[in-house]
Amino acid sequence: MAMRIVIDMAEMMGAERLTPIASAHIDGCLYHGDSGVEFAEHLVHQDGEVCVPTTLNVGALDLLHPKRVHADSHTAEMAHRQMSAYVKLGCTPTWTCAPYQAGHRPGLGEHVAWGESNAVAFANSVLGARTNRYGDFFDICCALTGRAPLTGLHLDENRQATVLVDTSSISETLKQSDVFYPVLGTWLGRTVGSEIAVIDGLPLNTSEDRLKALGAAASSSGSVGLFHVAGVTPEATTIESILMHSDQPDVVQLTSEMIRSTRDRLSTASTGRIDAVAVGSPHFSLDEFAELERLSRGQRFKVPFYACTGRGVLESLEKAGGIESLTQRGVEIVVDTCVVVTPILPDTGGVLMTSSGKFAHYTPANTGYDVVYGSLEDCVASAVSGSITRDESLWS
Amino acid sequence: MDMTGRALIAGEASGTTLLLRSPISFWGGVDPHTGRISDPRHPNYDDCITDRILIIPATAGSSSSSAIMLELLRNGLAPAALLLVRHDGILALGVLVARELGYGTIPVIELSPEISGLLPDGVAARVKGTGSVEIL
Repeated sequence: MAMRIVIDMAEMMGAERLTPIASAHIDGCLYHGDSGVEFAEHLVHQDGEVCVPTTLNVGALDLLHPKRVHADSHTAEMAHRQMSAYVKLGCTPTWTCAPYQAGHRPGLGEHVAWGESNAVAFANSVLGARTNRYGDFFDICCALTGRAPLTGLHLDENRQATVLVDTSSISETLKQSDVFYPVLGTWLGRTVGSEIAVIDGLPLNTSEDRLKALGAAASSSGSVGLFHVAGVTPEATTIESILMHSDQPDVVQLTSEMIRSTRDRLSTASTGRIDAVAVGSPHFSLDEFAELERLSRGQRFKVPFYACTGRGVLESLEKAGGIESLTQRGVEIVVDTCVVVTPILPDTGGVLMTSSGKFAHYTPANTGYDVVYGSLEDCVASAVSGSITRDESLWS
Repeated sequence: MDMTGRALIAGEASGTTLLLRSPISFWGGVDPHTGRISDPRHPNYDDCITDRILIIPATAGSSSSSAIMLELLRNGLAPAALLLVRHDGILALGVLVARELGYGTIPVIELSPEISGLLPDGVAARVKGTGSVEIL
């Protein structure tokens, strides 16, 4: 069945042949209904086994903290069966949407088949590996066959930028702040859709976590599978080399008004009390935990503060002795899953604050909560005061 | 004008058109247990896509949208047909897998922006096996 699906998709996508892949990342292990379980168990019954190194995205359960998720018994059982089926197929149980920060880092130019929109954007853009935006079910079919259709972003000619984004009118202070990148990503996704942009004028030391936040937001608001940052990402050493028609480029001038209105649209509430904070979409890295530790030192939170991460990062954090101080302040660490994919937030509803563009995007539809977007510092300050507290000076 | 697209998945269907006014991610955008658009920020919020000839100018967001498409087919809540303009194969994949698992199938047609621009919202239409779309 897997090979049949790969070939049908190859025809649909107009690929003339398949390419061998070096690895896969599977987004099909999250429970959305019984159909996903039936599909995965069907592959297990056919003795399916992945033939390339394959990591797993989040499931609907926190297997290390079983009480974290308030699922009904049918959902919990089916979610567990779905996760187990993928392990039986030979996948590594990483259960993270940031596999690239859990040791799975394909090299420049390497063909892979990845699912999970943020992971796809990161693999293509930041690592320079090659994957299309593969949907649930197709990623595992590629992993089982070791093949993907040789088309789209697997090919040199489709990786050139078609749009140049000029960020020269944005203040350096904003560009040096984490809070800018999810907003930039949201704007990018809305503006370019599935086009490939090269962004000019970002700091040459733009960190991996900022690029991760940019890609995650861009692939939530649009269908961005690849973006370039001039002088930063590996395929954009110069603008001329990566931009198609660089003599007459399609240029979009980013203005502070665009950024401010995008930032405002990320929130559905702007004043008043909050009921919870959630960070870690994509899953928090060790560096992001270090920043949370620094910002929250000596503080005590009035509302639940969920930090979502991968079990690999949790293990490193535990080894470094960094857990206790966070949990004492009221941080609840969520692994293997996150707050917008499964019921974790208190079912009272209310207002959720987040520093994640992706959480801001999906919270209203998936949780019923209103959402407020702010920096990690704003999130900490709001969790301490119990009401929305944001530093507006960066945006004025 | 000849309104023929490329049949990604061939089939016949008829129903009332529903033209989405903004790109959509089925995951986080469509409830697979009701068939309704669940993102309160989407302009088609609360519209039901079940049995409609769904015209999607652009998709966005999650790679789990194929899983929502599969679940809609399993639950009998799928659209009658998908007419896609800019797409990445993710929704069509959900239909392909549904066919493999015996949940049934629906036609999925890729249309040029020119053709999709001629299709109004809320009219009776028919999709033929050849990939052509006819307003009734």
